[in-house]
Amino acid sequence: MEAAAVFLPLLGAAIAGFLGRMIGDKGAQFVTCSLLVLATLVSWYLFIVVALGGDPRTVVLFEWISSGDLTLSWALKVDTLTAVMLIVVTTVSAVVHIYSIGYMHHDKSVARFFAYLSLFTFFMLMLVTSDNLVQLFFGWEGVGLCSYLLIGFWYDKPSANAAAIKAFLVNRVGDVGFALGIFAVYVLFGTVNLDEIFRAAPGMADATLIFLGGEYHALTIICLLLFIGAMGKSAQLGLHTWLPDAMEGPTPVSALIHAATMVTAGVFMVVRMSPLFEQSETALMVVTIVGATTAVVTATIGLTQFDIKRVIAYSTCSQLGYMFFAIGVSAYPAAIFHLMTHAFFKALLFLGSGSVIHAMSDEQDMRKMGGLWKLIPVTYGLMWIGSLSLAGIGIPGTSIGFAGFFSKDAIIESAFAANSAVGTYAFWMGIAAAFMTAFYSWRLLFMTFHGDPRCDEKTLAHVHESPKVMILPLFLLAAGAIFSGALGYQLFVGNGMATFWGDSIQMLPQHSALIDAHNVPVWVKVLPILVGVGGIGLAYWMYMMRPDIPALLAAKLQPAYLLSYNKWYFDEIYERIFVRPAFVLGRGFWKAGDEALIDGVGPDGIAATTLRLARRASALQSGYLYHYAFAMLIGVVVLITWYFFTRTAG
Amino acid sequence: MTDFPLLTITIFMPLAGALAILLFTRGTPEQVAGNARWGALWVSLGTFVASVFLWINFDDGTAAFQFVAQREWIPSLNITYKVGVDGISLFFVLLSTLLTPICILASWETIKDRVKEYMVAFLVLETFMIGMFSALDFIVFYIFFEAVLVPMFLIIGVWGGPRRVYAAFKFFLYTLFGSVLMLLAIIAMYLQANTMDIPTLMRYGFDPELQTWLWLAFFASFAVKVPMWPVHTWLPDAHVEAPTAGSVILAGVLLKMGAYGFLRFSLPMLPEASAFFTPMVFTLSVIAVIYTSLVALAQEDMKKLIAYSSVAHMGFVTVGIFAVNQQAVEGAIIQMLSHGFVSSALFLCVGVVYDRIHSREISRYGGLVHRMPRYAVIFMLFMLASVGLPGTSGFVGEFLILLGAFGANTWVALLIATGMVLGAAYMLYLYRRVIFGQLTKEDLKSILDLSPRELAMFAPLVILVLWMGIYPASFLDTISVSVANLLENYHASLAATQSGVKALAAGR
Repeated sequence: MEAAAVFLPLLGAAIAGFLGRMIGDKGAQFVTCSLLVLATLVSWYLFIVVALGGDPRTVVLFEWISSGDLTLSWALKVDTLTAVMLIVVTTVSAVVHIYSIGYMHHDKSVARFFAYLSLFTFFMLMLVTSDNLVQLFFGWEGVGLCSYLLIGFWYDKPSANAAAIKAFLVNRVGDVGFALGIFAVYVLFGTVNLDEIFRAAPGMADATLIFLGGEYHALTIICLLLFIGAMGKSAQLGLHTWLPDAMEGPTPVSALIHAATMVTAGVFMVVRMSPLFEQSETALMVVTIVGATTAVVTATIGLTQFDIKRVIAYSTCSQLGYMFFAIGVSAYPAAIFHLMTHAFFKALLFLGSGSVIHAMSDEQDMRKMGGLWKLIPVTYGLMWIGSLSLAGIGIPGTSIGFAGFFSKDAIIESAFAANSAVGTYAFWMGIAAAFMTAFYSWRLLFMTFHGDPRCDEKTLAHVHESPKVMILPLFLLAAGAIFSGALGYQLFVGNGMATFWGDSIQMLPQHSALIDAHNVPVWVKVLPILVGVGGIGLAYWMYMMRPDIPALLAAKLQPAYLLSYNKWYFDEIYERIFVRPAFVLGRGFWKAGDEALIDGVGPDGIAATTLRLARRASALQSGYLYHYAFAMLIGVVVLITWYFFTRTAG
Repeated sequence: MTDFPLLTITIFMPLAGALAILLFTRGTPEQVAGNARWGALWVSLGTFVASVFLWINFDDGTAAFQFVAQREWIPSLNITYKVGVDGISLFFVLLSTLLTPICILASWETIKDRVKEYMVAFLVLETFMIGMFSALDFIVFYIFFEAVLVPMFLIIGVWGGPRRVYAAFKFFLYTLFGSVLMLLAIIAMYLQANTMDIPTLMRYGFDPELQTWLWLAFFASFAVKVPMWPVHTWLPDAHVEAPTAGSVILAGVLLKMGAYGFLRFSLPMLPEASAFFTPMVFTLSVIAVIYTSLVALAQEDMKKLIAYSSVAHMGFVTVGIFAVNQQAVEGAIIQMLSHGFVSSALFLCVGVVYDRIHSREISRYGGLVHRMPRYAVIFMLFMLASVGLPGTSGFVGEFLILLGAFGANTWVALLIATGMVLGAAYMLYLYRRVIFGQLTKEDLKSILDLSPRELAMFAPLVILVLWMGIYPASFLDTISVSVANLLENYHASLAATQSGVKALAAGR
């Protein structure tokens, strides 16, 4: 059963990839979609048995690496945390597969696209079902590979190729941290198997580790190294620059990989490692600060972007920041809860914007849209649902609200209830980001759907609602974006929490932010919704009532505007301090190091010197026999001397 | 089975085949060439089959040398023909026998001049390589070790590119320098121990003072072969000028000779000196990884780029060997084998397009995926293996080395881990420029995808890269006992010296 959920997508990928030409586009679509739907059904079954029935299990397939004390196997571990990830991944993936039938039907390599999508799903499932850190790394790198392949799917476009490489390399920087974290775990625990590590973790609470010449608290070092990996994959501040560029890929890819699943792998990994993170206050503090800062900084960038997909991409960075600061205050269930609701509403927003782009003949610039709501009303409605959920709209104190309302408020309230300096910082950053989230979401809605159409006649005449195969799957996501919060609340973060999660998440008794979150003051519960509505109101005023204001404001606050519009200059700075120096150094080492210095002094130098000496020596070639005899004699004497010397010495 | 000289047969079958080709091919030049090709292919395949029987009959449970064959050769000098394999050398023998038929296939259509001599050179080279990896007598080892250079020198110098003579001489000059010193070291060891028998010498226990000099002499020879920074500059030139098959053997097998030497001689025979020089080896390896990865990033010639990447990958190997723990050393061996598959395959990939367009300039290509989808997939797989993606052989080696190195020295682990990023950078950048993008160049518009012959030469490498990535146990199980034994002796003799020094100090 477990194996079926994981390997059916791989089978689909193999069939579509290798036999794509034989079975045709239709065949490839049919095979991958039906196998994926099957995997989804199996996953839901597993969710019911494992998570709701409280029956975690691990299936060992076969040994992978065994070297000295290190042994690890290919295995499928399904506990509640995994089961939640399974249903999120397979459900969104199934929706995206079906949507793609419509979205990609013009494309010339349909089979390849579906093969990549299914392959991605396989790697993602391997990642979440791993029972050891190395298999997790396998899935981790595998999804990275598929992300690279899918961002660069349209390989004729130089910008897509550049974005693909950038995504891979920035992730690799994080992966170095992740890998070092795995090595440190092995040095400390002598194993990389999750269950064994978790059992030993409390005993290692005071252990130290020598790292880079200093002796540090071992679990802090390990957690920070692992977190660097998570920062790369989940696009946290500093390593986030690849995610907006990743929007070069086809839109279904953005929905599946760069919103719902792969980018949340970092969150999943850190939650998975909760028994270690719980033992290190320092690491949790770092996670909180990075998460909260990311949430707010990336939200500021989202305020001024014009590419519809980039706005949503920055929103994703920001929401991932929320998940991380939830982790930082030990509210792991809230992080996973938000991960799930976010997967639904963000995938909905992406696929909705895909519908818009599809309708607009591949236009992504919101400045060239406007007035579309009458032409594509269903998409418009769906985008509203997604945005309401993203903004976390609901009525505090009741169970009425969109999905994002429940999960986001759980996070913000936990940050407040943590009652620590970093918790308070995260709380206010969360509130600020919530305001901006609402603002840019409605800015997007208003610019895209309202006002006068700003596109040319030809495009406008062509605007049409997407086919059913693209719209119907969105209803499923919309249902998730509306109901998953209210339905899941009790289980994920409410009273049922302890039995639901079982052993899959560990929280120390003193880390009770999530429990205390239920008893925060009323203003804390009401504030997020107030700023949310405020953000919507501001967007309405600026983009509906006074459309002249944005330009005026941009001119008035030019430095701030440029900072936001240019994404805080991260790309420019990295270009200057990493990319260009790497090429300059490479060229320098090659020309000055290898060719001039090493070869010049080494072989070429010796050859030239030999030649000079030989010319000089040819003067010695007198032809007189006694010269040669003398030279030979010297040689013999040297040899004999050496022989006797070593003999007597030995 | 014990009396049957399977190893000796494996070693000399190619040589016998070479003689037969030399003596018995008659007829028109085309017939001679055809017969030489087919003859060489069958002989090398036969040798491969023989070597597979070595693996099948190999006993994983012991660290002793197996299939040992011994015969007096020059009794007056105590020189015996003695060969045998253990878990460390077995796979290098297999690597040599695997790559030779692939090389012959790769040269099928590209080598048009002196085909007979070319095939003979390859078969002779194969005998020397196998002999070198299975020699158990120091003189026999030295002869094979040096003899390997001769056919390689000829392959580059006769069938190479325009600057072949410069490259061949550079190659020779570098390696000759080290060889002389190694010969002196071997003689010195003989004078001390009065034997050339390698297993005996491994247990001999040389005086630590002498070890230092011996180690340096060996190092001079092995470091050039690896090649380690800064004696690596012969490699890019040799690769660029060598014919495709020459590059394959050079990267696939010859680069392993140095690292094999470290494992077979430096560590077991000279443990104190090895421990003493470990920081130096680490430093040079770290420089190799970072420096050559950056240089690879700036290359404009595909073969040079892959050559530099080889130096970086071998930097991982030397770190692994001198980290001296189970994971690191096993990782180093796996990494060597993996590099043998992957870099060979990458050179073959370059060869494929070189045969069609006659250029190695990266900028001459672009958009090949449009015309060559199969080629793009295979190139992608080997690129990813080179990058060390999990599921490929490259990952297992790199991972074990890093894991072991982390236990030995975290700085070294951190610094060579940057190779993970840089390696991805130059390989992805190469792939993008060659395979992706629009197909705009006129002569590329009619380029053909892989032929069945070319698929046949890639197929075994594809299988091995995935096999070693997904189920490396097949290899690790065979390697592990010999490595454990090596490490046990190494640490025991270090401990003995330590306590000896302490006893000496206490006695005073």
